[in-house]
Amino acid sequence: MARYIAKRLANYVVLLFLAVSAVYFLAASTLNARAVYAVRNPPVDPGVLDAMLYRWNLNDKTPILERYLVWLKGVFTHWDWGFTATGAWVNDDVSIKMWVSLRLMLIGTLAGIIVGILVGAWTATRQYKPSDRAFTGFALLIVCTPSFVIGIASQILAINVNRWTGVTIFEFVGEAGRHGSYFGAVFFDRLQHLLLPTLALLLIQAAFLSRIQRNLMLDSLGEDYVRTARAKGLPKSKAVMKHALRTALIPTGTYVAFSLATMFTGAFYTEKVFSFPGLGAYFVDSLMNPNPHGVVAVTAFSGVCVVCGAILSDIAVAILDPRVRLG
Amino acid sequence: MSPILSVKDLHVTFGSEAGPVRAVRGLSFDLERGQTMAIVGESGSGKSVTSLAVMGLHPDSARIEGSITLDGEELLGKSDDAMSSIRGKRIAMVFQDPLSALTPVYTIGDQIVETLLIHSPMTKAQAWDRAVELLDAVGIPDPATRAKSFPFEFSGGMRQRVMIAMAMANDPDVIIADEPTTALDVTIQAQVLEVLKKAQKETGAAMILITHDLGVVAGAADDVTVMYAGRPVEQGSVDDIFYRPQMPYTIGLLGTVPRLDHSGDTALPVLEGTPPSVVSLAPGCPFAPRCPLADDSCRSIEPELESTDSPSHRVACFKAREISEQGHSHHDIFPTPAIRTSQYADLPRDERETVLELSQLRKHFPLMKGALYRRQVGTVKAVDDIDLDIRRGETVGLVGESGSGKSTTLLEILELSKPQSGAISILGKDTATLTRRQRREMRRHIQVVFQDPMAAVDPRMPVFDIIAEPLGAFKMGKAEIEERVFDLLDLVGLEASHADRYPQHFSGGQRQRIGIARALALNPEILVLDEPVSALDVSIQAGVINLLADLQGRLGLSYLFVAHDLAVIRHVADRVAVMYLGSIVEIGQVDEVYTRPTHPYTQALMSAIPIPDPGVERSRQRIVLTGDLPSPANPPSGCAFRSRCPKYAQLDSAQQAVCAGSAPVLSSCGADHRVACHFGEALTVL
Repeated sequence: MARYIAKRLANYVVLLFLAVSAVYFLAASTLNARAVYAVRNPPVDPGVLDAMLYRWNLNDKTPILERYLVWLKGVFTHWDWGFTATGAWVNDDVSIKMWVSLRLMLIGTLAGIIVGILVGAWTATRQYKPSDRAFTGFALLIVCTPSFVIGIASQILAINVNRWTGVTIFEFVGEAGRHGSYFGAVFFDRLQHLLLPTLALLLIQAAFLSRIQRNLMLDSLGEDYVRTARAKGLPKSKAVMKHALRTALIPTGTYVAFSLATMFTGAFYTEKVFSFPGLGAYFVDSLMNPNPHGVVAVTAFSGVCVVCGAILSDIAVAILDPRVRLG
Repeated sequence: MSPILSVKDLHVTFGSEAGPVRAVRGLSFDLERGQTMAIVGESGSGKSVTSLAVMGLHPDSARIEGSITLDGEELLGKSDDAMSSIRGKRIAMVFQDPLSALTPVYTIGDQIVETLLIHSPMTKAQAWDRAVELLDAVGIPDPATRAKSFPFEFSGGMRQRVMIAMAMANDPDVIIADEPTTALDVTIQAQVLEVLKKAQKETGAAMILITHDLGVVAGAADDVTVMYAGRPVEQGSVDDIFYRPQMPYTIGLLGTVPRLDHSGDTALPVLEGTPPSVVSLAPGCPFAPRCPLADDSCRSIEPELESTDSPSHRVACFKAREISEQGHSHHDIFPTPAIRTSQYADLPRDERETVLELSQLRKHFPLMKGALYRRQVGTVKAVDDIDLDIRRGETVGLVGESGSGKSTTLLEILELSKPQSGAISILGKDTATLTRRQRREMRRHIQVVFQDPMAAVDPRMPVFDIIAEPLGAFKMGKAEIEERVFDLLDLVGLEASHADRYPQHFSGGQRQRIGIARALALNPEILVLDEPVSALDVSIQAGVINLLADLQGRLGLSYLFVAHDLAVIRHVADRVAVMYLGSIVEIGQVDEVYTRPTHPYTQALMSAIPIPDPGVERSRQRIVLTGDLPSPANPPSGCAFRSRCPKYAQLDSAQQAVCAGSAPVLSSCGADHRVACHFGEALTVL
């Protein structure tokens, strides 16, 4: 098992290196850091600008291969992922913003997975009954709606709830805001800010996963071994939970492992709508205000997350399915 | 003694878009402790529906009426929780397909422990010990270790033993076995039936045995209920049903099945037609459309189940009295079609041309391991240097259990290319030397009919296109194709009006006829038949078997007929070859091999097959093989059969060394009879 994972890992590392290098060339050739200074008034002295960009290894007058080698050396010798066009260190940016993304995503994703699996499993046992049809319709509505529409709609709803109750239940700008001075006020304030984006994420995640889980569950409910479990004398609910759901979770394990690993890279729309300065928003900002090193670093980080997700999903399947573990 | 299980006037109805499906209509029976009642019927007859009704496992949408009492206690109308405490405890069930009946993610031990813990207060450790005891009782070797294994690590026969262990676990009053051996090989079937009998004896339970195999019924049942289209049509003791059947359907079922102990020189009597759909039943006896004796009263009123001369023997047929008084047998009731004999029939075998010859044919598969860096860890000898020849106009049967290499042999022949080693010669041409164009031309001469008629034809093509496809591939003109397709439909007994229908509109037997018509389209000389009747219901098989025999006579075809059913092979084949782990262990003229089987494997195979005759079954001494087929990647040294050989066990150590030291080769043991055994002795097992 360990050997198998080590082999897979070696494969991924080679792939990741090639992919990140390709992104470097693409980003360095299309994103010109000089553009950040083109609109400055008064204009920056060209000589000073050249020197500045050269120092940060962003000067488009240096051949691209040379910049790549300098950048590569920095990454491998000092774990230095380079600077932005304004001189900020990309390492700092990413290491701060990934935790912002995680704080935003963690509860929503986890709760969404659990709710999604349960709703999917439950609706499968009630196939074509009114409750199943209602949940199916609602889930499809959520899946079809773009996430920024869900974000903004939830904010409008939240404003109305706040106004109607007269209490500010939902806060939805940024990670933190004004708060009282009582014990735990800082924590409570953060929770309040998290509430709405978490609900939005939960809804999206759960709607998507419930569709997958429902279909998997329908397959496994019809299996002979569920009938065997019933014939042994297990009541229906127990036979469903212990035998049908357990096997229907095997394919879900793959999906869940991936979504856990990619949580750090954030959800761009959710971060933008709720003004969370996370990694997704950082990536798009890096494209708008040319910051090639930022783009490459986020890409590399996402790549690592995907690799972790793949390994996690292999492990998850091995844990869930003895046929993979022993066969 | 009062019956332990009593079913009175059971009706089960499902809703469907086409209308109510009346799956069971008026079934009654009483079952006493220690007794076995068999329910016999074809697919759709309502036998499995009955078992699920007793278990209370039908979906809520099913309407169940009548009465089912267990030891006087009414089961119908009980809540699911109340039924849950009865299921697995007082009524236990063994299902058909052991490969899918166990949850793949839990160990065998855990699944038996679960059965024990739901119903009785004991600790987990006690339950585990009891589970190991149960595994030992059903003959699982090394039960303490094997209890920790997962289902995928067990063979089909072993898993069915586990199912039986689970059924025995709580000492039930009733065991329901639904086609318990249908998915298993014959030697394994014999083992499992023994285990089932043992389980019944130890628990003293009554048993409902649901099956379509009349041989199994004859050997295992005390009473029999024959079901047709949801109705019990005949009930009685096993002797009543087998020796004094009075319902034409029962008589037909018994008479149209090829028998292992009868040579197959004559055509089988045929039960025309197919069972009706239970959605839209016409008035009258449901069997009337297929019954040669039916008259107007049969077509207008459905007969009730009534007692005959003996009170326990009940028949639902207006003609029953007439049948029993005149002593009609199946020959008197059912037509036996005339089968044309081949123009080669009178020619001695030696003078006929060899159409297919395999010499030292070998197909070894490398056994690979590893995910990224694959390496070979062994060799599976799927086909190991076999010799076989087929003469013009004859049928050679190839029999063996799953994993014996029958299908690989067929695929190698149909490949029409150079085999791994050895040679294949078709119509005198070595396939290794064929050019691409010659190979294409050769396909005309050798065609195949597959096992599953539904899977072998494209469901989105009308019948005309299915049959015309090979003709189009060989650039035949449009008018010519049309004429040929209608000729072929006629040839296989289908109507011209069937041409524009799709495969799903046909029954299994008719679909197999479509498959045969397609195979015959190009006028082949050799037909390779891969289990052509094993997927069909018993009453349909005879028609297809007769058709194949008739076609052989009319068109002078040569058949290579692969089957696991030895009774079918005895009926259709002129010569038979028995395969075990990639080698032919016995080959010869069919009656010679069946009356004087000489290889211990052939003897065990024949002895394992139940014969639909209770008297014969009772007096038979069965050779039950121990264990499963060894892994073909790691067969025993010398003779591959010695690990399971009953003969080997009786030999002295010097003789055993011979078996372990060298693999026996085929040598003559009679006129056209060769066997590969160092110590083979002819034995009568039928």
